[in-house]
Amino acid sequence: MSASTPPSPLVLARDLRKTYVLGDTTLNALDGVSVTVERGEFVAIMGPSGSGKSTLMNVLGCLDRPTSGSYVLDGNEVSRLSRGELADVRNKTIGFVFQSFNLLARTSAVENVELPLVYAGVSRRERRERSARALERVGLGARLDHTPSQLSGGQQQRVAIARAIVNDPKIVFADEPTGNLDTKTSVEVMRLFQELWRGGLTIVFVTHEPDVALYSSRVIVVRDGKIVSDLRQDPKVAELAA
Amino acid sequence: MKLGQVLPIALGALMRNKTRSFLTALGVIIGVASVISMAAVGEGAKARVAAVFSGMGTNVLIVLSGSTSSGGVMGGFGSMPTLTWDDLRAIRTQAPAVRAAAPQQSTRATLMAQDQNWTTSVAGITPEFFGIRDWRADKGSTFADADDQAGAKVIVLGETVAERIFGLGADPVGRTVRIRSVPFVVLGVLDRKGQSPMGSDYDDVAYIPIRTFQNQIQGGLQKFIAGIILVGATSSDNTRRAQSEIKAILRDRHHLGPVDDDDFNIRNLTEIANAQAQGTQVLTALLAAIAVVSLIVGGIGIMNIMLVSVTERTREIGVRMAVGARPSQVLAQFMAEALTLSMIGGVIGVALGSTLARLAASRLGYAYVPQVDTAILAFGFSVAVGLVFGIYPARKAAQLEPIDALRFE
Repeated sequence: MSASTPPSPLVLARDLRKTYVLGDTTLNALDGVSVTVERGEFVAIMGPSGSGKSTLMNVLGCLDRPTSGSYVLDGNEVSRLSRGELADVRNKTIGFVFQSFNLLARTSAVENVELPLVYAGVSRRERRERSARALERVGLGARLDHTPSQLSGGQQQRVAIARAIVNDPKIVFADEPTGNLDTKTSVEVMRLFQELWRGGLTIVFVTHEPDVALYSSRVIVVRDGKIVSDLRQDPKVAELAA
Repeated sequence: MKLGQVLPIALGALMRNKTRSFLTALGVIIGVASVISMAAVGEGAKARVAAVFSGMGTNVLIVLSGSTSSGGVMGGFGSMPTLTWDDLRAIRTQAPAVRAAAPQQSTRATLMAQDQNWTTSVAGITPEFFGIRDWRADKGSTFADADDQAGAKVIVLGETVAERIFGLGADPVGRTVRIRSVPFVVLGVLDRKGQSPMGSDYDDVAYIPIRTFQNQIQGGLQKFIAGIILVGATSSDNTRRAQSEIKAILRDRHHLGPVDDDDFNIRNLTEIANAQAQGTQVLTALLAAIAVVSLIVGGIGIMNIMLVSVTERTREIGVRMAVGARPSQVLAQFMAEALTLSMIGGVIGVALGSTLARLAASRLGYAYVPQVDTAILAFGFSVAVGLVFGIYPARKAAQLEPIDALRFE
């Protein structure tokens, strides 16, 4: 991977601002954020609620557009792309994991995982193969046909992670991925993220739990729309309690 | 976006809500079915009117004598004989738009043969009558000019009369019937005409030469025709011309001044038939309009459900966009859902409508004519309804921002 890696960082954001106007007050959810994420990093974004960490996440994940500033993702300026072009970026370059899983109800695990490939125009057979493989990677190879209501919270989040990696993205964004899970399941999910990271995937996730942030290789703290601290660390190895 | 990608998504979404999908499609089903059955009923009614009027012969005009008026009581047309044999001759020779003209005098009389008898309308006519009415003998023949000239005692029977006197399927040609003790030889039996527009039986009638009628029944030749003159125009376009020509001839012959009323009356059966046909056409159009309205209401039902569906599935739309669905793909998905609903509704509606039309036709007693044009039109209309009423909810879905859609509770 290192030989073919381009010299530019994967995420290169400069002076991102996001302003909401509510009546006669303006809210600067992002107040000039500049951040760089290299390939192969495992970044936790922390901060109190209302700090702008989720907004930062949504802008970096191309779900939202900044009011101003420059954002180069994988060598492409994406802050001025059209809605359709942004959809393609989300489809091919990015994977998402949400706090509330966001799986389609009454739809089997494998069909949920297939979703990004449907919009990428992948053939039915290849979709099935790749989705099954992704579910195996997250340890759900035996539950392809289960619907979300037949799966536990931890299993649902694994399906969501399988969906995020099925299109071989450059980067996975996770918004409070353990927010709806108990401690034991949270550790399981973080262990899965660490596995994927060691496999070469770049991961950025938001959390407000310091325990969870320990599993990352870098912790960025956001407050009032600004980055107030950015520290690299040795990740704590996620181990299941005996 | 290929249809192959969108369609399975749309079908999957519809299948997850089977009852709701069916109820939504039901609006279109009823709309299309009513368009088709109404159109078929209208067409059937029109065909029946046309068939009934064609029984009277085509391009036929009837000339009636004038009305009597005594002390303010108007006797009605035909009550005072004003038409003469010379009038008839003038109509035959001086009106270019007239193909043929025949007098007709009628009375009720009892026909007797062996032990059977039947009271019916006996009419005296000239042979032109059969041409004007386009009426041929089914058995035997009609009579010729020579029979009329000679005052021959011959008779042509309507099918009903023949059946009543001689029995079903018998051949009465050459046999004798007596009217007021006068024997008549049966020359022929006319083919079946069926029911008149007023519901009477065209075939319950017997015809004899007019000269014979005058000699044997009326009791001698009179100046006036105590009946009507039946006129055949040269073509259906010429019935109006024939009418005005006859009017001019008769006014001139009866020495009527510019301010005098006609002392005769001309009825144009083609125009009456057309008026009737037009009436049924108006009815058909009215029924179709009502049906179209119900189809539009069905379309609004689709829009309503699709709007609910878009709101209800906002998070789903957000998820789809987050994993890379383009706005155009979301639009296509919801359009495909609306179109699928309306097309399924259209197909079921066409089937149901055709069945209803067939049922109605057999109930009301006319031939079922498959309305292929209407079926295609109604189906096309239902697809159009799906397009028109699907676009608004689909656009609403496609214009959602992914982040707003994901946050929607």
